[in-house]
Amino acid sequence: MVTVEFLGPIGRDNMEVEADSLEMLSKILSKDEEIAKWLPKCAVAVNDTMVSDKNMKLKDGDKVSILPPVCGG
Amino acid sequence: MELYNGHLPVEEILNRWLSEEMDSNFGAFIPFVGIIREEGGIEALSFDIYEPILQKWFNQWQTKANDMGAKLRMAHSIGDVPVHTSSYISAVMSPKRKVALRLINDFVEDFKANAPIWKYDVIDGKRVYAEDRSTPMDGAGILA
Repeated sequence: MVTVEFLGPIGRDNMEVEADSLEMLSKILSKDEEIAKWLPKCAVAVNDTMVSDKNMKLKDGDKVSILPPVCGG
Repeated sequence: MELYNGHLPVEEILNRWLSEEMDSNFGAFIPFVGIIREEGGIEALSFDIYEPILQKWFNQWQTKANDMGAKLRMAHSIGDVPVHTSSYISAVMSPKRKVALRLINDFVEDFKANAPIWKYDVIDGKRVYAEDRSTPMDGAGILA
């Protein structure tokens, strides 16, 4: 199981998901219409490190963070 | 990096940063103070921060600055910050002004684009995500 956390304005509780790669997680999250709307503009971190490869493998206990568009300052 | 609940105590922060570095032999100290303007009927802005990634982002910039002989400082607010107060201060110290001027520009630009901070307008006590002013971070869309 991996934990998915939705940061900032997405406003969803954490989810526990059975996924062994970001590709698989993408398919699972895309089934939720409300989350799917956010995905094209969201960046992703695994265990608090930003990632850019959709083929990245996930392991049990990983934390995946979904980061919507930002505006600091 | 310093995080505060609510508006920043600007004078205290700047005075402290300056006095702590007075003997560090930096020839330039360039602060940037972001002040919340009254516009669009807002009474405040409000901020969410994801600290673990913000700290990593800041540490990478600190390393880059150190490689140039410079040093960065940054303070940001969490939660509601009323208009005409400050939510963001950064400062660069370096031996020479040109490095500091370039660095403060590059640092603040990347801050706007990649620091994991989310902004909301506060209107009539309600928090509204500032979606139209927000920027997708580098690498956005890989799960789409």
